[in-house]
Parts: sequence; structure tokens; C-alpha cells
Amino acid sequence: MERILVGLKRVVDYNVRVRVRSDGSGVETDGVKMSINPFDEIALEEALRIRERGEADEVVVVSIGGKESEQQLRTGLAMGADRAILVDAGGRVNPLTGARIFLELVNREAAELVILGKQAIDDDNNQTGQMLAALWGRPQATSASKIELSGSTLKVTREVDVGLEMIDVDLPAVVTVDLRLNEPRYVKLPDIMKAKKKPLDQIAIADLGVESAAAMTELTFEPPEQRQKGVIVDDVAELVAALKEKGLM
Amino acid sequence: MPRVLVIAEHDGTTLNPSTAKCLACAAEIPDAEIDVAVFADGGAEIATSAAQLESVAKVMLADNPANQYPLAAVIAPQLVALADGYTHLLGPSTTFGKDLMPRAAALLGVNQISDVMAVLESHKFKRPIYAGNAIVTIEAPADSPVVATVRTASFHSVGAGNSATVEQVSPAAEIPDHTRFVELQAGKSDRPDLQTAATVVSGGRGVGSSENFDIIFKLADALGAGVGASRAAVDAGYVPNEMQVGQTGKIIAPQLYIAVGISGAIQHLTGIKDAGTIVAINKDEDAPIFEVADIGIIGDLFQIVPELQETVGS
Repeated sequence: MERILVGLKRVVDYNVRVRVRSDGSGVETDGVKMSINPFDEIALEEALRIRERGEADEVVVVSIGGKESEQQLRTGLAMGADRAILVDAGGRVNPLTGARIFLELVNREAAELVILGKQAIDDDNNQTGQMLAALWGRPQATSASKIELSGSTLKVTREVDVGLEMIDVDLPAVVTVDLRLNEPRYVKLPDIMKAKKKPLDQIAIADLGVESAAAMTELTFEPPEQRQKGVIVDDVAELVAALKEKGLM
Repeated sequence: MPRVLVIAEHDGTTLNPSTAKCLACAAEIPDAEIDVAVFADGGAEIATSAAQLESVAKVMLADNPANQYPLAAVIAPQLVALADGYTHLLGPSTTFGKDLMPRAAALLGVNQISDVMAVLESHKFKRPIYAGNAIVTIEAPADSPVVATVRTASFHSVGAGNSATVEQVSPAAEIPDHTRFVELQAGKSDRPDLQTAATVVSGGRGVGSSENFDIIFKLADALGAGVGASRAAVDAGYVPNEMQVGQTGKIIAPQLYIAVGISGAIQHLTGIKDAGTIVAINKDEDAPIFEVADIGIIGDLFQIVPELQETVGS
């Protein structure tokens, strides 16, 4: 195939313990480390491997958000993507708007495969890939843990609640990836230098001709209910006694 | 008046318990009239089970050979064809619902509310974000259908004393052939289902190997419990993916959860925060799991677990 599009979302790094602002207006993101959504890194790694096997010519990374998402795109270019597109939306967009933007890019780029993370670890929505597939009228293979190309068909193994599901999907298609698909490569210093020279196009969202979808209104944010720290027992006999007292044994 | 359509989940023969939990969520929408849609191939028995669930007004059964397997690309257009007149479409936040519901939402031109954990008003809900580190209250636009997935661990199942009518339907939808089911490799287990078991024993990286996981299974069998695992244990290949508990695995709410050799990453804790009682067995007294455990025991799991199993078994 000619071209694979991969989405890279800028999110709060997965190691950061996110806190709700005391006034309930949102979560604290000032001065917090930002990274590529971990699932998206796996998506990019898979696209690079497909290209390295000679099954695709070009991998294009896409980010939708503020200008600062350029950082994540540069990291993607350093990992090995050929070029990057930054859709400047001034900030985050809702999943359906994101899917509409991807569809417009799919058409402009004549992409045959879009690989996305199954969810972003900030809003945990798990929607954009399925929505893009719906709007495109093409197959979706979500939560993929294995992808094989066979002619113009992808053979995908999906992680589902009861085990593993194998499906065949015809290209063009959308794949969303799960954690165990691959282990993303580390970026080497010379690649970071090279990435600075790779093409990165910026497109303002207004120039895409995409209609924004109505978003959910976020009213208030609160921390989750905390569980109380319990007791430490010394041995199994005490543990069993404590469980019996609670009527659990 | 809100009209809610709940999409039933099943394995081709049996209704999944997630459906009764979705109905409990639907029943919290004030003054709602609730119908259920079953997409199946020969799904009469499944539809009958759904009709027995409380708060159901009507079950619509879309029997079609194309619906033999739960492919989102096949079911979504049929669901959209049935959606006319409904104010809410609800599916479970299981791998089935997560695959299907956003596809239907996009066809309807709306965003989805993922992982509803509480219903406040007909268009106002609570849901977790950032792996459960924050809870956001959101309001959906009043003038378009609400499409949502339900975080099943947040709801009790409705009872089964009902006898709603079952209606055969043939939604007018073009069914694509670009997506084809090949095979399902389901983990075979006689143990209680992880998502509905009253007691769950889970093992983590501390268990050390696939062979060592045997002590987890033995303890679970002595307790009549389901078995889970942390992401670390699944990634290390000790046990298969369907056993993973946490943000990207299964969200569960057993009465008793026993975490063995699990340090307690936030992504794991978000999957068990609704458990009744959490027991942690770990040799590291600083492990974060002890911050949320009701009962902790610090020590060597290879001594504690067999001893506990013998005590329980005798």
C-alpha cells in the first residue's frame, strides 16, 4: 500500500499522578510532563514495521490539538515516520470532530490504512477509530494485538473479554491497537537531529472545511472517592479471622 | 418521556450479565421507557431471557445470519435503523459495546458518553477520566440522541421477574461484507466468570512465572473464586489477556478481591475500586496496593497463599 496515517495525541505522561484542581474546574496540567499517548506510540511502531517489511511506502503521523503538539510529532518523526501533519485546532477536539478531521486527511492523502491507539489515556474515550471507520464506511479492527497483511486484506487478532478474536478486514481500513501488539522502539539521538529536517505541515482547522460536532459540556470535576487504608495482619490465621468477621468466609 | 434502547450482549446462545447492568443504568433515567435490541442468528432464547429482565417494556429481536458474530460494522447500521424515536442508546462498556457503540454514534452524528458510572438527570452523567483519577460530570446536548456505554461495575443487575413482549424486527440496513469473522479463541475455564464472580483472586508480577500461577488457581478453587491478573503478569506471559484487570482490562466489583504479588499501579487500582473488600498479599510493605487494601499481609506469597488455601480448604 502507498500510505499509512497514524494519529499521535499529546497527553499527560502516563507516569504523572493527575490531580483535580481544588475548584473543580478541571485537572492540573500546568507544568506537567506531556508525552505521546502510549497506545499511539504502539500504533506508530506497527506502521513503521509494516513499512520496513516493504508493505507500505510512507508513514504519515498526524496530531490534532494546539501548536505544542509539534513536540510529539517530532518524536514520531524521530521514531521513523516520513512526514507529519499538525492540525491546529487551538486545543483538544471531541472524538467525532477528530474523526471528521481524520476522514478529510484520509481523502487528501489517499491513505489506505489508519492506525490509532484504542484510547487516549487522558479522556479514556475509546471512540475516534470506530467513528472514523463509520464515517469512512470502512472496516474497523479495534483492540488489535496482531496484524498481518495478506494481499488487500488485513488479518487482525483482537483482544476481547473472552479471549482473542480473529477477523479479516478489507483495505482501506481503520485499526486501533492494544498494549500487547508490539514494544515501541527507543529514539536515538541522531534520529532526533534528522527529524528536525523532516517535513511537518501545519493546517489550521478552519482550512479543512470540517464541521465541528457538538461536544459534551463538562460541568465539574472531582477526585474519585478514596478507599480507607485498612489494617495489616500478621499471619494467615488473623487474615482468616478478619474475613470471617466480615462474613466473607 | 425518555425512550431508552439497550443493546443486549450475548455469545450466540446466552445473554451476557452486562445486559442486566445496562438495564439498571437505564432504569435510573427518570421516567424512561426501556426496550432491548438483540442482534443474533437464531436468538429466540436470548430474547426470552432479555424479556424476563425487570424494567424492560419490549424486546426487539433482529435475527439474521449476518448477526451470527458480533461485528460492529455489521450491527451498527442495523442499530441505527432501529434507533428512530429513541432518546438514548445504551450498550455495555465491554469489548463488545466499546467496539459497537461509537460506530453507531458516528452514524447518528453524535459524540458518545463512555463509561457512565452514575446517572444524575436524563442528559447528565458522571464518568471517570485519567484512569479514574478524576470523575467528570457531563451534560449531553438536549436536542440529539444520547449514545453511551455503561461502566457495568458501577451498577447492580436488575432482577428477572418480568415477561415483556418479544417482537421480530428486520431493520432496513445495508450490511457490508468488508469485515469477516474468522475465529474466536476463548479461554476455557470452569471457574466463575471474572466479571461476575463474588470472589476474585488475582496474581501479579510477584508470582514470577506461568507455573507459579498454579498456587493462585488452587487458592481460587478452594474459595470458589474467579481468577484475574495484573497487566504485568499478562505482559510477562504468565496468563492470557482475558484475565487482565484494570484500566485497559476488565473493571470488576467482586465482594472480595485478593491481590497476590500485585504492587498496585493506578491503572490496576481503577479496575478494582468498587470491590467490597480488598486483601493484599505482598512482600513489599511500601507497595501502593496497601494504600487501598482493607486487609494487608506483608510476607512471602509462596508461604502465605498455600497456607491460606489449606486453611480455607479444610
